[in-house]
Amino acid sequence: MRQRITAFGFYLYLLSDAILFAGLFATFAVLHNSTNGGPTGHDLFSLKNAYIETALLLTSSLTCGMAMLACDGRNRFGALFMLGVTVLLGASFLNLELSEFSHLIADGAGPDRSAFLSSFFTLVSTHGLHVFAGLLWAIYIGVQLLRRGFSPAVMRRFFCFSLFWHVIDVVWIGVFTFVYLVGGRA
Amino acid sequence: MTDYVDHRAKVAERPPGIRVSGGHGTWHGYLIGYISAALLTTAAFVLATNEWMTPASVVAAVSVLAVAQMLVHLIFFLHINTAPEQRTNILAFATTMLIILIVVVGSLWIMSHLRHNMMPMEMLIKMQR
Repeated sequence: MRQRITAFGFYLYLLSDAILFAGLFATFAVLHNSTNGGPTGHDLFSLKNAYIETALLLTSSLTCGMAMLACDGRNRFGALFMLGVTVLLGASFLNLELSEFSHLIADGAGPDRSAFLSSFFTLVSTHGLHVFAGLLWAIYIGVQLLRRGFSPAVMRRFFCFSLFWHVIDVVWIGVFTFVYLVGGRA
Repeated sequence: MTDYVDHRAKVAERPPGIRVSGGHGTWHGYLIGYISAALLTTAAFVLATNEWMTPASVVAAVSVLAVAQMLVHLIFFLHINTAPEQRTNILAFATTMLIILIVVVGSLWIMSHLRHNMMPMEMLIKMQR
């Protein structure tokens, strides 16, 4: 019962998070042409880079699911291994994103350049912060799995984490499509 | 989202954390989801980086692919389905989608009207002198 209540509450949190992102997406959509004479998405974005980021996050979603399946089989090594791969993939995603940010800022296209770039940085870095929080959470769960094994409390947290991680991936599809693919062309 | 624990079983018989009847995903389901998501992303990427279509149709095609991929994620990774015991989940989900639709479409609609009806900036500056 506790499991069901926690899972439902967490699900509601995830839905409200989706509304937060919808607001940021709407802001970006409204402002994506307000470049104030500065660089446009077409000048700035590397679609290939964004595609690699998508692949990393998608694969980490798969390994996260695999970790859950390993938990079902009470396979502690498998669960920890898959969780570790998930963390590595998420960290390399974050690394790519941060290097993109630092390139943009070094080129004078920081969030202070135009309304378009402000909305871009707000949207993408909010997503990045979610990924970062997810990484910390995953490490915490890994430590708990090591120390306490498959206790109900640990499994509940693991389950919520996997939901969180999959939703971050869904949000990234929106970023990849509407910010990079659509915004990077026009 | 499916119930994680089979609450009908006695706790002593079934350790918590074991899911009911494969409703919570199998290797098979995750792989299908992963492969179709990868194909959809790659299709969107290829369409957007090549000049095969007009810009407007690329935007339409890529948006459709994105929605399809989000559905794949929801079904194969998040396991949202239309089972009767998921009524509350589906209801919350549908409400959220409605709010998101209002926020996004409403913002775009209002702002495009505003832009359309606003005096050009040069004229506005001239009038203020």
